[in-house]
Amino acid sequence: MPNFVELWVYLSATPLFGLTATLLVYLVALQAYLRLGRAPWANPVLWSVLVLAAGLTLGGVAYPTYFAGAQFIHFLLGPAVVALAWPLWQRRALVRKRWWKLLVAALVGGLAASGSAVALAWALGIPRDILLSLVPKSATAPVAMGIAEKIGGVPALAAVFAILTGLVGAMSAKYLYAVLRVDTTTLGWEARGFALGTASHGIGAARALQVNADAGAYAGIALSAQVILQSLLIPLLF
Amino acid sequence: MQTLTGLAWLLGLQAAGELLARALRLPFPGPVVGMLLLLVALNAGVVRAAVAACADFLLAHLSLLFVPVAVGVMSYLPLLGVFGGRLALVLVLSTWIGLAVTALLVRHLMGKDDAELR
Repeated sequence: MPNFVELWVYLSATPLFGLTATLLVYLVALQAYLRLGRAPWANPVLWSVLVLAAGLTLGGVAYPTYFAGAQFIHFLLGPAVVALAWPLWQRRALVRKRWWKLLVAALVGGLAASGSAVALAWALGIPRDILLSLVPKSATAPVAMGIAEKIGGVPALAAVFAILTGLVGAMSAKYLYAVLRVDTTTLGWEARGFALGTASHGIGAARALQVNADAGAYAGIALSAQVILQSLLIPLLF
Repeated sequence: MQTLTGLAWLLGLQAAGELLARALRLPFPGPVVGMLLLLVALNAGVVRAAVAACADFLLAHLSLLFVPVAVGVMSYLPLLGVFGGRLALVLVLSTWIGLAVTALLVRHLMGKDDAELR
């Protein structure tokens, strides 16, 4: 009889484990999400992360061991950001006509997200280094880490805040838009998507892409605009 | 074949973006520069045909790509320590404020856009 403990120790140490586990868990989470009619609370990123984190803890697998395999999926974030040019190019005529409106919205929206976070954190007596790590939370995680480091925040915390901000937006935007009575015409979808990309970066954009093509395209524009604006402006302001 | 050529374009432009960002000391990341380069390159029909299939595939599964780094984030949660509750409040409220301000502003500005067209 084979020694299963030995087999597990071997398997959990190969890159194959992290890669396969991520893909399988995500596929199950995605299947459930689709069956539940894309309900925001069934967000596939959230559930995949919860299941994987619990599995790693129970199986005694260290995060770096897991990441040795999962990095192959993580790596595709780069080309995916480049690929955001495609939905944008398809809508180039409209975007060119609206560019200043979108720029104003990205500036004001980004400022509202970061500014309200800083003001609230200050009012609640949160220490300065944690407060500074909150500033770039609407930029995508790797960018947020870089900005936080520049202004005196903690990069690891900035990544945590960025991921949580993405999840909060992806999971609650639908209900918030219903309360605010944002309509579901093409213009309404574009506004919904643009706001998700602005306040909740890639995870918000992923949600927008799943729900509506127009929302997805505008989320992509907003995401790139936010990355550029935050990289340029935050180090100047803080 | 087309999808693979598309991936080659995406990776090539990302690499070009990384190089440009470093050489010119741009404050934003390589993939964003790569995205701007692709925006220009898409005007060529050859690029368009190849990139379309690959880009649609990658973007359809964008949320999967965040899973590995998000799993790592979970191990940092204890770091939030005594501030956990207050930070949760800050994150939720500021995200809602960001979403609401942006959505209403875009809707308002674009509503005017429609009026201009008429």
